[in-house]
Amino acid sequence: MIFNDENTGYIHSYLSGGTVDGPGIRFVLFMQTCPLRCRFCHNPDTWYYNENNKIDVQRALKLVLQYKDFYFATNGGITVSGGEPLMQPKFVLNLFKKLKEYNIHTCIDTSGYVDITKNITDLIEYTDLFLVDIKHTNNEEHIKLTGKPNIKVINFLNALLKHNKKIWIRQVIMPSVTDSSDYAESLINLIEPYRSIIDKVELLPYHTMGKDKWEKLNLKYTLDINPPDRETLWFVKDKIEKNGYSVILS
Amino acid sequence: MLNYTDKTISAWEGFKSGIWMNNIDVVDFIKNNYTPYLGDDSFLAEPTQRTLRIWNKVSELMKKEREQGGLLDADTRTPSMIDAYAPGYIDKNDEIIVGLQTDAPLKRAIMPWGGWRMVEASCKAYNLQEDENVKEIFTKYRKTHNEGVFEAYTPEIRACRKSGIITGLPDAYGRGRIIGDYRRVALYGVDKLIEDKKNQKSSTDYQFMTADIIREREELSEQILALEAMKNMAKSYGYDISSPAKNFFEAVQWTYFGYLAAIKDQNGAAMSLGRVSTFLDIYSERDINKGILTEQQSQEIIDDFVIKLRMVRFLRTPEYNELFSGDPVWVTESIGGMTTDNRTLVTKNSFRILHTLTNLGPAPEPNLTVLWSKDLPDGFKKFCSKLSINTSSIQYENDDLMRPYFGDDYGIACCVSPMTIGKEMQFFGARANLAKALLYSINGGIDEKSFAKVADGFEPITSEYLEYDEVINKFDKVMDWLAKTYINALNIIHFMHDKYYYEKAQLALMDKDIVRKLGCGIAGFSVTVDSLSAIKYAKVKPIRNTEGIATDFEIEGDYPKFGNNDDRVDEIATKLIETFMHKIELIPTYRDSIPTQSILTITSNVVYGKKTGNTPDGRKAGVPFAPGANPLHGRDNCGALASLCSLAKLPFKYAKDGISNTFSIIPSSLGKSDIDKINNLKGMIDGYMIKGGQHINVNVLDREMLKDAMEHPEKYPQLTVRVSGYAVNFIKLTRAQQEDVISRTFHDKF
Repeated sequence: MIFNDENTGYIHSYLSGGTVDGPGIRFVLFMQTCPLRCRFCHNPDTWYYNENNKIDVQRALKLVLQYKDFYFATNGGITVSGGEPLMQPKFVLNLFKKLKEYNIHTCIDTSGYVDITKNITDLIEYTDLFLVDIKHTNNEEHIKLTGKPNIKVINFLNALLKHNKKIWIRQVIMPSVTDSSDYAESLINLIEPYRSIIDKVELLPYHTMGKDKWEKLNLKYTLDINPPDRETLWFVKDKIEKNGYSVILS
Repeated sequence: MLNYTDKTISAWEGFKSGIWMNNIDVVDFIKNNYTPYLGDDSFLAEPTQRTLRIWNKVSELMKKEREQGGLLDADTRTPSMIDAYAPGYIDKNDEIIVGLQTDAPLKRAIMPWGGWRMVEASCKAYNLQEDENVKEIFTKYRKTHNEGVFEAYTPEIRACRKSGIITGLPDAYGRGRIIGDYRRVALYGVDKLIEDKKNQKSSTDYQFMTADIIREREELSEQILALEAMKNMAKSYGYDISSPAKNFFEAVQWTYFGYLAAIKDQNGAAMSLGRVSTFLDIYSERDINKGILTEQQSQEIIDDFVIKLRMVRFLRTPEYNELFSGDPVWVTESIGGMTTDNRTLVTKNSFRILHTLTNLGPAPEPNLTVLWSKDLPDGFKKFCSKLSINTSSIQYENDDLMRPYFGDDYGIACCVSPMTIGKEMQFFGARANLAKALLYSINGGIDEKSFAKVADGFEPITSEYLEYDEVINKFDKVMDWLAKTYINALNIIHFMHDKYYYEKAQLALMDKDIVRKLGCGIAGFSVTVDSLSAIKYAKVKPIRNTEGIATDFEIEGDYPKFGNNDDRVDEIATKLIETFMHKIELIPTYRDSIPTQSILTITSNVVYGKKTGNTPDGRKAGVPFAPGANPLHGRDNCGALASLCSLAKLPFKYAKDGISNTFSIIPSSLGKSDIDKINNLKGMIDGYMIKGGQHINVNVLDREMLKDAMEHPEKYPQLTVRVSGYAVNFIKLTRAQQEDVISRTFHDKF
């Protein structure tokens, strides 16, 4: 479902200062619900709708602005993450429009799994940066990993290219799933058309810290892999860098 | 008007003239002659082999000192004076900057003028032999500061001291927090300073000899004697400091001789250096431009100077160490800042002195203090941020906040106390425990630990639940009483200190008509604020013993806690500071000193906590207070930015002696790459200062490493942590203090 309220956001939580979701120190707003069911998700608690946890746009604005000195001083801003923020485009657009009056840098962390509607294209205009999470380059694997095909993601990337919007590509590195040389090659091929708008490629090592949350939600965690070793990560980083990208490894 | 000699004229060659040539006016000299540096740290030089050799020798001695329980050696026979000792060296042929407090490295001196008790207790603690002759002199023929104070103390003051509602008073040793303008020695030479002091003295030759004038004439005579002794001491090292310094090396050496005289004369709680780096940079720039000095040599001289500053030692008692742990001396050097016409005072030498943290490794002394402005050059901000991440050895204070009050040549004394150099001094006043005062207002002046009646004339609260308005009313009256008793004690202390332990060496390097501040302070700040918040927003029920004394509290419901950017409680906090400031302003002060206050505990938050019973916020008896103005451990749980915003709301105009914030963050939460980390920390400091925060100690540390250091101290000889306006070698802290540091909030998110 897509929420259509421009004044009310259904949120999971927020953080007044994040340093790992975009540049600088950022206000990070985690939205509710997600169309994907990634098996490696570390925030499955954001998947579900909870009508009690909502925020109106004025309050969100106030929360962000009280820390604006820190955001300006670090070239930071706001990142709306989730869950999937593009499920609530009207609210995010309304918030971003208001934040833009205060020159706050705006960023969306998304899987890109969304139909390109008018709301979405409007929102793209008011967003300075997108963090686009590539789940898998191969459609069948994408379905296995997330429950959905990746065609929408490609369409979304095309839309961003059309709007000449800056992006960071994010890729979780999972042993035996996304850590091979061939996989890196396929990622490089997938992102090649978007080279002109790619600012950074960020590699996120898979971790198992989300596992507890699955158990708490009575969900079965079906992955049985360990975090990747540093060597593999450096190998992938190196390979992507050689193709002319600036790569961040956490 | 000063007279010039040929030596003076040649020493000043190439300097731009100004009123500094006619009057003692160092800041005018600086502003006319310094060269701002706007670049990055790439010009800096590595340590030389010689530097490393000397530093290794000193490190070995420091290791031995630690192994011997904190004391390497002491001379108990020679009371310390400016020129009492033969020259001492680490390695005479290998040193550049010379001069030690006694005749051997890390050998401590006795300073009995502050009080014989301190000497006696230290000898006992370290198994040293007291010298019978010296003892006879200072117990039979010569009265000390300590004796004078206790003769004048009232029964009420003694009771307050005993209960711990007022603690840490400098009544048994040097008061400190006075910064001599040591740069004057280098710029003018000592003869010129003597001439100036003689003129000051003769200016009152024909006036009525009132008590004030007589005292001033005696003090000026003392100062002149100190200046003569300074020359004498320097001469024993082979240098004639009667004339001005002619080059960079001499400028550093002369400045150090000035400072050395001060630490031979006084064992003040804080013996701060002032603001020397940018002044000295004028000399290194001149020499580099002349082609007679290289970058490597400039750094080597600064490294050697800093090695000396790392070696300052005083003979202290274990009780003192409990209050101010880790053997601190607060050789505070203030670095950077802006001029009043908004030029940066950052120079290459600002970088060099900070670079000693890399060349020699991290260390708690000198207490490197960056005067931060949003307008500082970006290269310098990044450099500071990088060093903080690597060493946790720097504190930052808000130049944009202080400059309007103190001008552009102030320095920080001790931890957070700003004072204009050469023009202002402080009568150090330790601190009053407001958390205990709050308990006195609930218990009618009866101490919750000893059950003794400490404050007369108060009735206890008898209601089942504490009513906010009643508590505030009673607390207000207890604060009136406390302010009076506290300032009475301070007046007595400083009267006697001036009389029996006058800082002749430091005051010889200051103006005649100095401004004196009376530095009061608050301890137990956040505990008091949270207690008031609990009483206001939750229900607090006192649990009384059979005598009716509230010894514990039951809290029903939740309440907003300081440190979460919640105005409901942050307003209580700002109001408390303003209220207590207005109380102390009303009390007459010794020598018309201007009262001011700090929210700073140093490490005494542990001892204060030990001496204070259960409090209405739910803190248990004996548990440490938070240091300085910090939120109580673990209660600021809305992230670092929220905590910083609460702190930044505290009004500096009512706490002009400083508001201390000790901040710890784990490295990974600063960001992913090194560049991100540097940028985010830099921006975090910028944001805090723009919001109005005065001081921040920055620690970038993992708790796990500190735990490991507790178990394996030998692995971490130089591990430095900022505690409360100063830094310590972590492994030198007592176990209780180490645990306190570890228990504090380590922010893992902003």
